[in-house]
Amino acid sequence: MRRYSAFAVAREAARYHEGWARAWRSPEPKTKYDVIIVGAGGHGLATAFYLGRNFGITNVAIIEKGWLGGGNTGRNTTIIRSNYLQDPSAAIYEKSRSLYETMSQDLNYNVMFSPRGVLMLAQTEHEVRGYQRTAHANALQGVETEFVGPERVKELVPIISLDGPRYPVLGGLWQARGGTGRHDAVAWGYARACSDMGMDIIQQCEVIGIRKDGGKIVGVDTTKGAIDCDKLGVVVAGHSGTLAEMAGFRLPIESVALQALVSEPIKPCMDIVVMANTVHGYLSQSDKGEMVIGGGADGYNNYTQRGSFHHIEETVRALVETFPMVSRLKMLRQWGGIVDMTGDRSPILSKTPVENVFFNCGWGTGGFKATPGSGWGFAELVAKGHSPLCEDFGLNRFREGRFVDESVAAGVAH
Amino acid sequence: MLILECPCCGVKGEETEFHGGGEAHIRRFGPGSSDEAFHDYLFAKENPRGVHFERWRHVNGCGKWFHVARCTQTLEVFGSYSAQTTEPPQDIKDAITAKRPGWRWREFA
Ligand SMILES: Cc1cc2nc3c(=O)[nH]c(=O)nc-3n(C[C@H](O)[C@H](O)[C@H](O)COP(=O)(O)OP(=O)(O)OC[C@H]3O[C@@H](n4cnc5c(N)ncnc54)[C@H](O)[C@@H]3O)c2cc1C
Ligand SMILES: [Zn+2]
Repeated sequence: MRRYSAFAVAREAARYHEGWARAWRSPEPKTKYDVIIVGAGGHGLATAFYLGRNFGITNVAIIEKGWLGGGNTGRNTTIIRSNYLQDPSAAIYEKSRSLYETMSQDLNYNVMFSPRGVLMLAQTEHEVRGYQRTAHANALQGVETEFVGPERVKELVPIISLDGPRYPVLGGLWQARGGTGRHDAVAWGYARACSDMGMDIIQQCEVIGIRKDGGKIVGVDTTKGAIDCDKLGVVVAGHSGTLAEMAGFRLPIESVALQALVSEPIKPCMDIVVMANTVHGYLSQSDKGEMVIGGGADGYNNYTQRGSFHHIEETVRALVETFPMVSRLKMLRQWGGIVDMTGDRSPILSKTPVENVFFNCGWGTGGFKATPGSGWGFAELVAKGHSPLCEDFGLNRFREGRFVDESVAAGVAH
Repeated sequence: MLILECPCCGVKGEETEFHGGGEAHIRRFGPGSSDEAFHDYLFAKENPRGVHFERWRHVNGCGKWFHVARCTQTLEVFGSYSAQTTEPPQDIKDAITAKRPGWRWREFA
């Protein structure tokens, strides 16, 4: 792999940019791999990357039905934060956030990680108490966050209206080291590094069946034929239910469409990420100048990658109250992704009833921030059969009543 | 946009008039059942890409609960029917078969 560097840019500039090589290979599938990962989203690719990097397992295929990064990875609003309430969540999200800090160097690929700070607004007394509690929990977990008052909020976000008629801003939970990243680049960077380690990324290839023998994995059937493997890691987000059905069990997951929208590009007006959970909206400004706005999730199972129209209205209506300037913006485009919701709003990184089949799913509306940490932990689980980062996120937690309840921390879609 | 018809009052409306109530025809297991059955009742979800059966409530209308057979991929509605039944009626099953031959959902087909 040719490394990217300032020198390489200069060299290519001097010869009409004709020397750039493809970032990853597009091979035909082999008949057998040590590990097959289904789903080339950020989480699947990160899993493959750490299988190679941390455990030396490189006879790996990543199978993707569409194009890599074309699922939720390429559809999210890229908020990165780790201010969750429960210890197991703090552990995996904070691991993830810290991996983001060095990701561009680790992958030799600019993922545009921008630790601009994330502010979660408290707009009711209940929310004030909730976020103060989270700030205390974060202090114990070693996650740096702070509860700030309205004056500080106004300093951080000059465009905000503090005394909205219905929901005045009473304060906020501030994580200065949170921020955003470039979602596609995360997928592309991992893909390039995986390909470089000799792994096969097979796109336009859908897994349509899971073959097992005596409760043990044998391989998968795909639209490009049968492929065998010793171990199978399924990382397909919204499609986890259909893959589980192929493997012969059911998951505590429901799939719904979640949508986002962006405005026309405008001059810089807000340099942090703001989330307003009570009114169900969140906002940041992209490098291109668009206001990136996250909306609500549909209230019923579906796979439409579109989302119900009325959620746009609800989201924007709520935001206009807190950010009056939003009323002057034109919407540029809108899109949706299929998110995989669990009852406790925490992910599943787990062994399954089928031996050597592992599932990484349930990240729902908030898994982009977890991409590297999830890959790190899940690779360990697949390689060694157990992982401290994944321990509390097993499927058995439902049977045993050990929920990792993050419905407060993850109350809004992000 | 999802358009549903309430079988209780006959009104047809778009989705904001209704509220989704999740998976239909769930058999409830209580004390005395096996751990397995109780776990599945509480947590194991049908989450198909295709034919699905759900409970809905006509919240901004007559307020009653009813059942809907629907495709989760296209939002096509095959029909709505009474909530006072443990299994989809034959005419609903036939309507699905006409559009999705070979469909299966739990023990129904
Ligand atoms: C609108 C929106 C906004 C969001 N905002 C945020 C945010 O601000 N911050 C945050 O942290 N998270 C956010 N999220 C959530 C985040 O996007 C996801 O949790 C995360 O990207 C999931 O990554 P993944 O790799 O698991 O899934 P995906 O990127 O969806 O990858 C799964 C892949 O599996 C493939 N696949 C499915 N079925 C098959 C099959 N049968 N065979 C082969 N391949 C298959 C799919 O094509 C897909 O590419 C948001 C999500 C949405 C939709
Ligand atoms: Zn009615």
